[in-house]
Amino acid sequence: MSERWTLLKRNLLDFWKVFGRNRPGMLGAFLLASSLFLAIFAPWLTPHKPTDTMRDANGKAMTFASPAEHGPLGTDDAGRDVWTGLVYGSRISLMVGFVAGLLSMVIGSLLGILAGYFGGWVDNLLMRATDVLLVIPDIPLTLILVASVRQLNLGVSPLVILILVIGLLYWTSTARLIRSQVLTIKERQFVARARAIGAGHAHIILKHIIPQVMPLIVANTVLIVSTAILVESGLAFLGLGDPTQPSWGTMINFAFDRNAITNGAWWFYLPPGLAIVWVSLGCVLLGNVLEEMLNPRLASHHLEDESHMVARPATESAVKG
Amino acid sequence: MTVDVHWSVTDTPKNHAAPLLSVRHLSTDFVSAEGKVAHALEDVSFDVRPGETLGLVGESGCGKTTTMMSLMRLLPAAGRITSGQVLFDGKDLLALSENQMRGYRWKEMAMVFQSAMNALNPVYTVAEQIREAILLHGVMDRSAADKRVEELLDRVGIAKTRKNQYPHQYSGGMRQRAMIAMALACQPRLLFADEPTTALDVMVQAQVLELLKTIQRELGLAVVLVTHDLGVVAEICDSVVVMYGGKVAEYGPIDLVYNHPQHPYTQRLLEAFPDLNKPGDVLASIPGYPPRLNALPPGCRFEPRCHRKIEICASVSPKLIDVSQAQEEGTLRGKKEGELSSLRHVAACHLCQGPEVTY
Repeated sequence: MSERWTLLKRNLLDFWKVFGRNRPGMLGAFLLASSLFLAIFAPWLTPHKPTDTMRDANGKAMTFASPAEHGPLGTDDAGRDVWTGLVYGSRISLMVGFVAGLLSMVIGSLLGILAGYFGGWVDNLLMRATDVLLVIPDIPLTLILVASVRQLNLGVSPLVILILVIGLLYWTSTARLIRSQVLTIKERQFVARARAIGAGHAHIILKHIIPQVMPLIVANTVLIVSTAILVESGLAFLGLGDPTQPSWGTMINFAFDRNAITNGAWWFYLPPGLAIVWVSLGCVLLGNVLEEMLNPRLASHHLEDESHMVARPATESAVKG
Repeated sequence: MTVDVHWSVTDTPKNHAAPLLSVRHLSTDFVSAEGKVAHALEDVSFDVRPGETLGLVGESGCGKTTTMMSLMRLLPAAGRITSGQVLFDGKDLLALSENQMRGYRWKEMAMVFQSAMNALNPVYTVAEQIREAILLHGVMDRSAADKRVEELLDRVGIAKTRKNQYPHQYSGGMRQRAMIAMALACQPRLLFADEPTTALDVMVQAQVLELLKTIQRELGLAVVLVTHDLGVVAEICDSVVVMYGGKVAEYGPIDLVYNHPQHPYTQRLLEAFPDLNKPGDVLASIPGYPPRLNALPPGCRFEPRCHRKIEICASVSPKLIDVSQAQEEGTLRGKKEGELSSLRHVAACHLCQGPEVTY
């Protein structure tokens, strides 16, 4: 067992050495980590509750107080602290984003692996289903689904509905991506060897296919999380979030509804908007860098990059001379 | 006239054993997505006894690897075994369920792949992959398996300090030796080796062949060696099957086939092989290309390229002829009775004289 740990430790250290030097990757990791920090330590980062109304010395509610008048980010139309809303909103946005992203990743990976590995009618069935989902425009479909599920009054939180709908709809690109990768892996000779040593399908998939697609899955999860956060924000902005647990999208929706723009209360809508950009930029940067690092075939060939060249390319005149 | 050939009838000690593997009339087709059929193998029959090394030779696309994959039942999805029997220790492998067949793979018949680099999974260490083979068949627990891995690596000359390295950290020869160690993991009785030395340089080739040879002798393994290197066959094989266009062209004990080739294809192949005693000789070549498997010639498959063809060759497919009787008086007279191989020398050619062979 200890051998495995030393191996794992060595591999992680090697990974860190390369990753630490990658600036976009580190920036993405920082953006994502800082928003996770907000979400985890929310109660310690603000003295107020998200529902508290701020009052001035006379006990009058401070509505649309500018950042100069109150707190770091002012107050909204009901006198609630925007910073507090932002900090607690990160919990909702990230939670929905991560859970829905993971859900769609699990579904996409599973279907992609099954379709790619077994091929034949399994592949046909799954990929045609994927095609059907792909050709329906996402936003109207998600909107209609979320709205109609909420109409059913199932007694579940609107957030759960959001998570399920996003998770169950956004797996298509993942499934295709994983499938195509599995198609190439299953033709590799070590899979033939695994069959030759008497391995069954489950063993081959678990031991030989999944470790090979894992880098792709990891990198894609991060990207899908950003999609999920964006979709959640969009839906919440359109009023499909949970008003009792406002996410960043819900905050923008409130700001829009209550004429923050005409009141010039930029501190009401700008911070949640920037926060959404912050997180999704972090996810995209991190995801792209991970994808590139963990799947070297995607990177431009190292010989094309002059900084890594052993010998500089001969110029034309040198060749002629 | 037809004679019934019983491969195990004669009484030499070496050849007395019943065949471990008997392939009878094996035919394999490949069906393309458009439904086109290519006859990759047709009516292939041969035997391998314990302790015997059989060479399977022929040019690319003649069905060597397909034969081996058919025997392991590991054909790609498009491949179908259409007829025949593969008797392993008397049991027909083609009649087994997939689950039963999995029990045979590696435990009874293991395989050394052509390119060890590709056959090893790059994300696992060498030890992990050998252990995988042992644990899959559940013969021992983890710690015993670990011990066995060390023994096996030691047997093929790999220091145990290197067992936790990844395949890319091994040299080409080490990888192939690790493959051999892996093949021995479950103590199989039959070993397939698919061009095990093709990707290696000559020095390492010699080492790997030497290793295969000693292990085969020590363990009394039956080995089927697929190669297109006639020199390798001459060095380590007891018998040889020459394949052409998916059929057996000639089959027999190595010395008979090499010294007295009967099929024009074998003759030309051997003439294309440089003779060290006659430097400067012009080597023979065979004009043309092997037949396309979806458009086979109606007669003998070698007919379009044959330098000795006669009229019948273009229309009638030749039967397997037992040519050993004709030779016994001549070439084998000098040998002692005990050295006579029970193995018949057969060739599929209209020019050959002798009784037709049935199995």
